[in-house]
Amino acid sequence: MVHFSAEEKTAVTSLWGKVNVEEAGGEALGRLLVVYPWTQRFFDNFGNLSSASAIMGNPKVKAHGKKVLTSFGDAIKNMDNLKGAFAKLSELHCDKLHVDPENFRLLGNVLVIILASHFGKEFTPSVQAAWQKLVAGVATALAHKYH
Amino acid sequence: MSLTKAERTVILSMWDKISAQADAIGTEALERLFASYPQTKTYFPHLDLRPGSAHLRVHGAKVVAALGDAVKSIDNIAGALAKLSELHAYILRVDPVNFKLLSHCLLVTVASHFPADFTADAHTAWDKFLSIVSCVLTEKYR
Repeated sequence: MVHFSAEEKTAVTSLWGKVNVEEAGGEALGRLLVVYPWTQRFFDNFGNLSSASAIMGNPKVKAHGKKVLTSFGDAIKNMDNLKGAFAKLSELHCDKLHVDPENFRLLGNVLVIILASHFGKEFTPSVQAAWQKLVAGVATALAHKYH
Repeated sequence: MSLTKAERTVILSMWDKISAQADAIGTEALERLFASYPQTKTYFPHLDLRPGSAHLRVHGAKVVAALGDAVKSIDNIAGALAKLSELHAYILRVDPVNFKLLSHCLLVTVASHFPADFTADAHTAWDKFLSIVSCVLTEKYR
């Protein structure tokens, strides 16, 4: 099980407090779909995904990105029990959504990159390391109930 | 996988800014790599990898210089990095998984230094470019 030190928790929560979840969520999901276009396979009903600007401006992408990142916020409240916190979502992603867990790792890394671009110098190597641990923990928790 | 004309243009146009801070960017990418993925330090028992060390700066500069060679010959990255490819295959033998980790840390570093330039399209171009570089460096492994 992933254990976060006090410093790591602080690195995560203090940055998270400054994140605009709606904006960052849309950006993260949008970039996932732009940079790794095969991930669009899960979003056939999202309408126009034909170019980077279409994707980044797509209202369904923004709405879904906000949903995803809001859920990520729940992870941050439950850093000591990610598997428990994401058990139901894990079942959903396996049984109903049929999402390859590799996609969780891709999205986690895109999120880290977005945080770097928003926070610049503040996103130091050790802050990044705490976030890499968190996104890896979330990805593992979301894959935990797969069968 | 190969770069489109537009992607090459994006990379070339950003490269001037990046190479102006080449040493700092290379060093920072390595610092990020060793902080987030401590297992990568196992390839450098002969170096002082503490943040700020001279070894780190020298090695970071080397890494970015090599990327610069690839950028200057962006139409023939395999040719530009042929010697480095042999070095990694026969001497260094760095496990291929680590190229993804360093590539990610390079993207994080570039994103943090040049947020305005690092659009979704630029992100794609750089991700692809680094994937191609990683492929070239591991293509002689077996």
